[in-house]
Amino acid sequence: MVKTFLIGIILGIVAAAGALYAKPAVDQVREISLVSVAANGGNRENFRINIPVDRVMIGAAGQSSGLPAGLEWPEDDILATVSTEIFKVRNERDVIIGVAARTVAVEDDSSVIDWVLHLPARGSLFVSMEPAAMEDGHRVGELRTGTEEFRSMTGFVAERWVSNTSDDEDAPDGRIELLATYVSRVEESTE
Amino acid sequence: MKYIVILLLGLLTGAAIFAAGLAYNPFISKPGLSPLEVTDSETISLAYSAAPSESIFYTNDGESIIEPHPENVLQLWESTIRQSSAMATVLRDGRNQTVGLGIKISSLSEKTRLLSGRAITDSVWYVYLPGRGAFFVEQSENYWDYLRNVVLPAYRSSANTWKGSWLGNVTNGPNALGTARVTGSSGEFEGMDMLGVESLSVRTWRVEGGPIAAEGRLLIELPAVTDAETEETIVESD
Repeated sequence: MVKTFLIGIILGIVAAAGALYAKPAVDQVREISLVSVAANGGNRENFRINIPVDRVMIGAAGQSSGLPAGLEWPEDDILATVSTEIFKVRNERDVIIGVAARTVAVEDDSSVIDWVLHLPARGSLFVSMEPAAMEDGHRVGELRTGTEEFRSMTGFVAERWVSNTSDDEDAPDGRIELLATYVSRVEESTE
Repeated sequence: MKYIVILLLGLLTGAAIFAAGLAYNPFISKPGLSPLEVTDSETISLAYSAAPSESIFYTNDGESIIEPHPENVLQLWESTIRQSSAMATVLRDGRNQTVGLGIKISSLSEKTRLLSGRAITDSVWYVYLPGRGAFFVEQSENYWDYLRNVVLPAYRSSANTWKGSWLGNVTNGPNALGTARVTGSSGEFEGMDMLGVESLSVRTWRVEGGPIAAEGRLLIELPAVTDAETEETIVESD
């Protein structure tokens, strides 16, 4: 009987170790990456943010009603010219695939508009936009750095606002589109 | 029948012994001094409250121990982002003065290997310091010691609360020596590649609510100025 118990203990240890080894503790849900080949090299990917449904937070000094309700933006003078929005990010099929933050800061001599896109299981993108918008209203920014699958990428991201044209009652007011064009650093150096 | 019951009891005991061994195995503990603590280069130290209720904003899937703040915030419940969280917080310097804003977005990492003491979270920080510039921090964090020394004792406590003093570095890469990769984007940080380490100091942790009294700190090492660069600056100023 003691022998059976001891065998059980050994089997229990082996089974627990095996289960922990075989079954991943973290398993992220993945969506297929909708990446296309750009005409002049590199890859393109389109991210969307439906407004207002995908807006998680908007914080700025002096705003009458922040989002979410009850948000208290710090009253420190040093943050008076800084505003931040946090969004859920969708792919071209309108499926949520990540979280993004857009920060705007107005300085005396220049402005900063930075995006951070975080796509779990894929990586993150850090983009600095040109403060001045182009004639047609869109803004272009440089992909400063990336993590995981975007680590070896360079490129740029265009940001534009697309107003809703649908008559559907549930349709969002519009969407922010982020069109990313990636070029691999290896590819760049080969050229 | 008797033997089957005893075998099952043995299996359960074995699994329990394994779990205890995993939790208390001293060989997979990785305490240590961050290389940035002993650097000769200039550093920036940014402190923030690691208690979500003291942040500007915190959200997650809404079903975790740590509750979103403020209460009515949109939660990250979609399957692809359910294991992620986002936080915006005020950053303070050593004199407790507000110096900037930090946004942290994290996800549980598939690199997690509990067998080898790796409870990994992939996270990024966006830091904006008005008047100085902005930078981006990429890091993988290992919360194993935090789980073992703070969270587990809280669950074991009859009051479901852990009180004490735990201080540890959570940054575990991706750079060598377990440091974070920091990329400057504007102002005085423009074009800089830097190193960083995030640490946590916890005093109270509750099963309902998570960290109640906790401070976080981001330590950023600025690139060392070489003698040649110093000479160039002197020549330019002449």
